[in-house]
Amino acid sequence: MTTTPTEAPGAETATREAAEALTGVETTARSVAESAAQPATGITGAQSLVRSLEAVGVDVVFGIPGGAILPLYDPLFDSKVRHVLVRHEQGAGHAATGYAQATGRVGVCMATSGPGATNLVTPLADAYMDSVPVVAITGQVPSAAIGTDAFQEADIRGITMPITKHNFLVTHAAEIPQRIAEAFHLASTGRPGPVLVDVPKDVLQAITDFSWPPRLDLPGYKPTTRPHGKQVREAATLIARATRPVLYVGGGVLKAQATEELAELAELTGAPVVTTLMARGAFPDSSPQHLGMPGMHGTVAAVTALQKSDVIVALGARFDDRVTGELSSFAPEALVVHADIDPAEIGKNRKADVPIVGDAKETIAQLVEALRSEHAAGRTPDLAAWWASLDDWRQRYPLGYDWPEDGALSPQYVIERLGAIAGPDAIYTSGVGQHQMWAAQFIRYEKPGTWLNSGGLGTMGYAVPAAMGAKYGCPETTVWAIDGDGCFQMTNQELATCAIEGIPIKVAVINNGNLGMVRQWQTLFYEGRYSNTKLHAQHPDGSPKPVRIPDFVALAEALGCVGLRCETKDDVDAVIEKAMAINDSPVVIDFTVGADAQVWPMVAAGASNDAILAARDLRPVFGEGQV
Amino acid sequence: MTRHTLSVLVENKSGVLARVSALFSRRGFNIESLAVGPTENPDLSRMTIVVDAESQPLEQITKQLNKLIEIIKIVELDGGAAVQRELLLVKVRAPLAERTQVLQTAELFRARVIDVNTDTVTLEATGTPDKLQALLAVLAPLGIKEMAQSGTVALGRGPRAMSGAGTLRPVERTA
Repeated sequence: MTTTPTEAPGAETATREAAEALTGVETTARSVAESAAQPATGITGAQSLVRSLEAVGVDVVFGIPGGAILPLYDPLFDSKVRHVLVRHEQGAGHAATGYAQATGRVGVCMATSGPGATNLVTPLADAYMDSVPVVAITGQVPSAAIGTDAFQEADIRGITMPITKHNFLVTHAAEIPQRIAEAFHLASTGRPGPVLVDVPKDVLQAITDFSWPPRLDLPGYKPTTRPHGKQVREAATLIARATRPVLYVGGGVLKAQATEELAELAELTGAPVVTTLMARGAFPDSSPQHLGMPGMHGTVAAVTALQKSDVIVALGARFDDRVTGELSSFAPEALVVHADIDPAEIGKNRKADVPIVGDAKETIAQLVEALRSEHAAGRTPDLAAWWASLDDWRQRYPLGYDWPEDGALSPQYVIERLGAIAGPDAIYTSGVGQHQMWAAQFIRYEKPGTWLNSGGLGTMGYAVPAAMGAKYGCPETTVWAIDGDGCFQMTNQELATCAIEGIPIKVAVINNGNLGMVRQWQTLFYEGRYSNTKLHAQHPDGSPKPVRIPDFVALAEALGCVGLRCETKDDVDAVIEKAMAINDSPVVIDFTVGADAQVWPMVAAGASNDAILAARDLRPVFGEGQV
Repeated sequence: MTRHTLSVLVENKSGVLARVSALFSRRGFNIESLAVGPTENPDLSRMTIVVDAESQPLEQITKQLNKLIEIIKIVELDGGAAVQRELLLVKVRAPLAERTQVLQTAELFRARVIDVNTDTVTLEATGTPDKLQALLAVLAPLGIKEMAQSGTVALGRGPRAMSGAGTLRPVERTA
């Protein structure tokens, strides 16, 4: 094995530029190995792959080795690319997603063939639904064994076709740099998404040459990023005439890093803004123009504003069923401006009156310009009546909660205090369920990239590994995983990874002893028949105090973390502050909370948004003739 | 439901057919026929897909197809502006007593005899789906032992081509 480094002045700069062009983000000097892009001959496919990862600017890979991918782990041992050894491949996938969502860069995960690869299926499906740029590299059985039901063989390319933006099976070692470059390009451009590269063991072992940058061969891939000027002007005309406009902001605004442009558009229009579950943090909660989150558990003001609007400006949002409720009765009087980078989203669920295909950053910037012209021509709508209604709704139906009657700790209070103490600079991740909704409702988000969760797929177990990835990407930032006790039991093994690898995340387990959201639905829609939602065992002497299985404090300590417990309101601030002060180890707080707290407001699944309940049995009353 | 014929240029790579057919099934669309074959460019294959769909869902399926990385271009070839052909091989019962009738039918439909034995005759016919339906209707009473029919293949009429200068207008690349 010989390498032949050539003297090429400026090669490193060129590499970084190439890497930046590929990933669309600035790479740090640390992340690009000095010799990464030097051409080499007579190296193994595995070495070529590691060099490609270095050249494209990868600084961390989350993964687990195994038979088929073993050749790759040998050169990785010497690489500047750091590998974080997780405990389960699902953790690797969510960590890559958390890293990508927090940093805006491509997250990378790695697994061996067969079960290693299939364990990535859930996080890949998750990243696909939430359009997160992730590259997964999987080992595959040797080419000659493919199709023979060989040991640890799974057709991961076939399995992941519907849940990746694209995937590759590399057939020759010479293709490796090109496939890796293409994978990163596809993952990070257009509508971002996960890309899987499957590499057979013999391809990793074969002798090949390496050169960088490779030519990308993607003739069928031309995402439209530049919006059509005429469409933008039409949208501006519509907005300038609207008397009840709403800016409906989705995750695409965060993906496009278009929050400054959004702030400008909001200021210029004076229109109310709603941010979806995927877009919390895209617009500051402190702004008086912000009505909060729309959808099934959105604020009464946000849901009703959309329902009663005359023009909806959807920016990087996709009219998900959790936002629209019953589609046929959603926002019946609204004309829709729908801007998205994915043409297939436009008109998929709701007809768009003005479709705009393009990158949110460019689209919103152009919309601002076009609106300025409208205003200069004297077309500035009067939104005073609209705001009078909006203010009335949010005054009469603010977000709130009741304390449990049995004196138990209120989960909403815990989350509210956590947000207040950790503040808007911290990053918050969550699992899926009641705690997720409360974290979306009761934490005040002010900045992009501070709220990471599993929106589309609704993946329980997302919080801990995603927090690990986010903390790795943003080591100076406090990262809190807000988890439910159900979710926490799905992926808490990654706390061992965090403890060993020095990734000091903080976990707040909102422990109500139940699969809380399912229990809430059983309360509301299944006459309180709590079929298989209780996670705690009953005390043998019949006492209402549950037996702690597992004991999360003991579990945390067993996993190398500091374990804390909080059961009363008076202790909440102190225990959060105690956790905030620990920065050399992961911390877990077991907040034992009441089991019967519910998420409100709520639009029942499949019901019209007009039927929103502000609280149980509390139907908001909207004054006649208000809008 | 209405029939639509989509002509789809794709990269000639393994797995493309699986991606396309899986996309149709998971979005709930029925493929009526599908034909894949080489094109004048060795890097590209052409899929001719006939689907039954209303135009709004069809727009969604073409947009979803366009998102597949290996798809280069999609054009809808509608009736008058395109030529469409299918290939039919049909093995008809043809004992000596009835053989003349079979051969006369073949001649009427410009079908060719490609295999003969004492009991049967195998015919080859090409044409529009309607013409082949008509041929089969006439042959049916005589006794069809076996048949194989290709999917539709189609090209736009006139000098324009899907690839190269003066291309046909692609379907819904931008909303």
